[in-house]
Amino acid sequence: MSSGTFLIMRHELLLIAAALLVLIAEIFWNPDKKGSISLFSIILFGVITIIGFLPSPSGSLFGGMYVSTGTRLIMKNILNIGVLLVFIQSVTWLKKEENSEKISEYFLLLLSTLVGMNFMISAGHFLIFYIGIELATIPIAALAAYDRFKNKSAEAGIKLILSSALSSGVLLYGLSMIYGTTGTLYFSEVATHFGNTNLQTLGFIFFFAGMAFKISIVPFHLWTADVYEGSPVNITSYLSVISKGAALFILIIILFTVFPIIIATWQKTIFVTSILTMTIGNLFAIRQQNLKRFLAFSSISQAGYILLGLIGGNQLGMASVIYYILVYIFSNLGAFGVVTAISNATGKENIDDYNGLYHTNPKLSLIMTLALFSLAGIPPVAGFFGKFFLFTAAAQKGFYLLVLIAVLNTIISLFYYLLVVKAMFINKNETPITMFKSDFSTRFALGLCVIGIVVTGFASIIFEVIRNLSFGV
Amino acid sequence: MDILSLFVVIPVLTITAILLLKDTQQVRLISAFGMGLQLLMAISLVILYLTARHAGNNDEMLFVKDYLWFKSLNIHYTVGADGISVAMITLTSLVVFAGIFASWEVEFLRKEFFVSLILLATGVFGFFISIDLFTMFLFYELAVIPMYLLIGIWGTGPKEYSAMKLTLMLMGGSALLLVGLLGIYFNSSPDGSRLTFNILEISKVVIPLPAQRIFFPLTFVGFGVLGALFPFHTWSPDGHASAPTAVSMLHAGVLMKLGGYGAFRVAIFLMPQAAHELSWIFIILTSISVIYGAFGAIAQKDLKYINAYSSVSHCGLVLFAVLMMNQTAMNGAIIQMISHGLMTALFFALIGMLYGRTHTRMINEMGGLMKIIPFLSVCYVIAGLASLGLPGLSGFVAEMTIFVGAFQHPDLFYRIVTVLAVSSIVITAVYILRVIAILLLGPTTNEHFEHLPDAKWFEKISAVTLIGSVAAIGLAPFWLSAMIGTSLHPIIEKILSLNPF
Repeated sequence: MSSGTFLIMRHELLLIAAALLVLIAEIFWNPDKKGSISLFSIILFGVITIIGFLPSPSGSLFGGMYVSTGTRLIMKNILNIGVLLVFIQSVTWLKKEENSEKISEYFLLLLSTLVGMNFMISAGHFLIFYIGIELATIPIAALAAYDRFKNKSAEAGIKLILSSALSSGVLLYGLSMIYGTTGTLYFSEVATHFGNTNLQTLGFIFFFAGMAFKISIVPFHLWTADVYEGSPVNITSYLSVISKGAALFILIIILFTVFPIIIATWQKTIFVTSILTMTIGNLFAIRQQNLKRFLAFSSISQAGYILLGLIGGNQLGMASVIYYILVYIFSNLGAFGVVTAISNATGKENIDDYNGLYHTNPKLSLIMTLALFSLAGIPPVAGFFGKFFLFTAAAQKGFYLLVLIAVLNTIISLFYYLLVVKAMFINKNETPITMFKSDFSTRFALGLCVIGIVVTGFASIIFEVIRNLSFGV
Repeated sequence: MDILSLFVVIPVLTITAILLLKDTQQVRLISAFGMGLQLLMAISLVILYLTARHAGNNDEMLFVKDYLWFKSLNIHYTVGADGISVAMITLTSLVVFAGIFASWEVEFLRKEFFVSLILLATGVFGFFISIDLFTMFLFYELAVIPMYLLIGIWGTGPKEYSAMKLTLMLMGGSALLLVGLLGIYFNSSPDGSRLTFNILEISKVVIPLPAQRIFFPLTFVGFGVLGALFPFHTWSPDGHASAPTAVSMLHAGVLMKLGGYGAFRVAIFLMPQAAHELSWIFIILTSISVIYGAFGAIAQKDLKYINAYSSVSHCGLVLFAVLMMNQTAMNGAIIQMISHGLMTALFFALIGMLYGRTHTRMINEMGGLMKIIPFLSVCYVIAGLASLGLPGLSGFVAEMTIFVGAFQHPDLFYRIVTVLAVSSIVITAVYILRVIAILLLGPTTNEHFEHLPDAKWFEKISAVTLIGSVAAIGLAPFWLSAMIGTSLHPIIEKILSLNPF
């Protein structure tokens, strides 16, 4: 291996090194100061995030099994930003008594899932892709059961591992059909050998169903709400933002590069699933009282909107998907950040508990409002731009009906986002959540989210950079 | 910094200043100062505009500034103004200025109230200066969303229901609008050159007719929801009745005008052929708005509901007139927007002031107020007379022009609907005069009312500003209609070149 090889695999190697360093730190760290492992890990990861943005050569390794391009790098960098935010948001929670023994595990496991996602995104071969997806999923199941003395948390872990095992099985079954009909698992070769035979289409459908589990697209979404509710809030936000984002990234790459021949097939598939995902996600979100479940269903419907960017198979579509996921990271982490802060301080997670929040905690309420408006796509925050570009991408290919259904769905989503806003600003409450002051890490993370929500939209340069790196079918 | 962008920058600066203030007493002073500055700017804009036109500048839009924003999609931040937008900007600054003084005594969460109010105004100003469809849409949505908090927090009655209904219906309208705008964008260069959101550039091409047939109704209804187009007007009575005074003023006075303005500037101007083909459907709907709104007002007992239904009727007349698609009627439509904006803002301000004193808005619970609070009562009479179209006040000029223009159509269908719409004047007279008779004249029914104080200084500022403008338009309408008329020429020409009647 030459030094150039190392540079190409920079993201993965650095993350593995960081994971090992955290492990070593756990062994040699002074047992009385275990809390500072958080700080150490965050600084370490912050440095990695910054290094990720340095210019890097693109190329492929291991005979084309591993591919690194500008597009894939920006995807990894976006995930890094998201993970960094999740890390900073978890500090307060990790300081709690019951978690003090397992701080390093938290970072270790999250870092290894991130390595898995990076390999998945950089895959040029279905095996690497599969290894990446498993590495990204299994540690997460352990983390979902992090509060292992809580029944719900343990249940969430089991549910996640079982459903992802099932989805992996479905995915592998589809891959086996693809292998059987094309004789290869390299992306580039599958693309050239792929035809339109029924078995190949079936293989594709199984592959898509497997991915739909990971992204929680309706009708493969049933695990989502329970897992999100049972897991600790930080893991929930990680699942809903980072895992989902990574799976969408690789899905769009595979659809555009491996399956361009059957574009008509996957356009139909996406058309139906996206309508189902948006609508069902929204209708269920209306009924939720627990904010974690609420955000779970809202994130299902968000996945439905993102599918609009995939459907056209155009360059604008890929750009809008990557851009929207960046926006979505900031918005959803902003919302989850507020939920985390309140859950840490008071243990309350229901919408009713937020009644009258504005009068006691105005800043948190404003951040929550901003984040929810961004999720709903209200200007001038970034979510508006993200949604606009997604819809433009679909309209460019003539899917006006789908766009109309999607915008009508945003109205439904606005209804339930406004219910939370109403609780905070309008509803009266005899015993509102008392005023509390969050610690530095929470405020810092929320501040970053707010900056992200506001700036990502207006600064057109971000979208233009992403667009220049994107490609169409 | 160009003069038009200042109309967005000043409100934003005002909001920032308010947010930084610790003392809530100064909030309203800062707001009044900011919006006063805005009013002065609007007046100087009118002067600058007239001098430029006088000097022979015949561009379609003046003060055009263009900044590239999203390069790959060719989205620009482009501002520009013609006589119509200048008139609308002036209207907006008048109403906002009056609105600040009408809400002088808001106590609850004062800072947040003024911030939301000015944010709403920012959206409206931004909408009127934009000539890029993307920024126009952005500002349009920005204007709608603060309404939810304004009605939900500071409103009265079933405020949560009304706020939600209003927000969702208006956002539903903007959902249709978004699809319409995307349709326009992707058909903006049939010859395959660069797609654009710029209204002026799109107006130079002809959007293919099949596309027009799909996207004209979407765009028109999208804007029509905000312009209280029947059957999408139901947010208006509830919303206006529950909203606090200044919000009703701004909403009926200005925000509903975004609907009318957008309907002709975007829907009709860019897709005139489909507009001509489909206009009969919408003319029927708007005629229903006009007449149904007026009858609705007769049936109501709550002052705000009366005025809300009357707004449905008057705004229906705006859409009715733009659909006639000739110079006179469109001219009337724009004067009607301005006249109704001022008049209805005056009405809502006065209703707010009355309610602040009597704590009721039911007309049958009040009576004989003329003797007790003469200043407010006289103002109310003036507003009423303007509303029923008395010569010398703005309403007469507007409605007269509209009906003359509408009757110019030789076609029997147009003449019949015009005759029907004209009947609304009579119905308007019924409800206005009935309210005045019960409310202001006659014996004082409630002894608690006998010691009510008359208008305070800030209320007088609010009322006099608006009455002055209503009278000015009524007495000297030619300046306004000349300013609008020259700007309407290119629009009418485009319509006529594609639709030989």
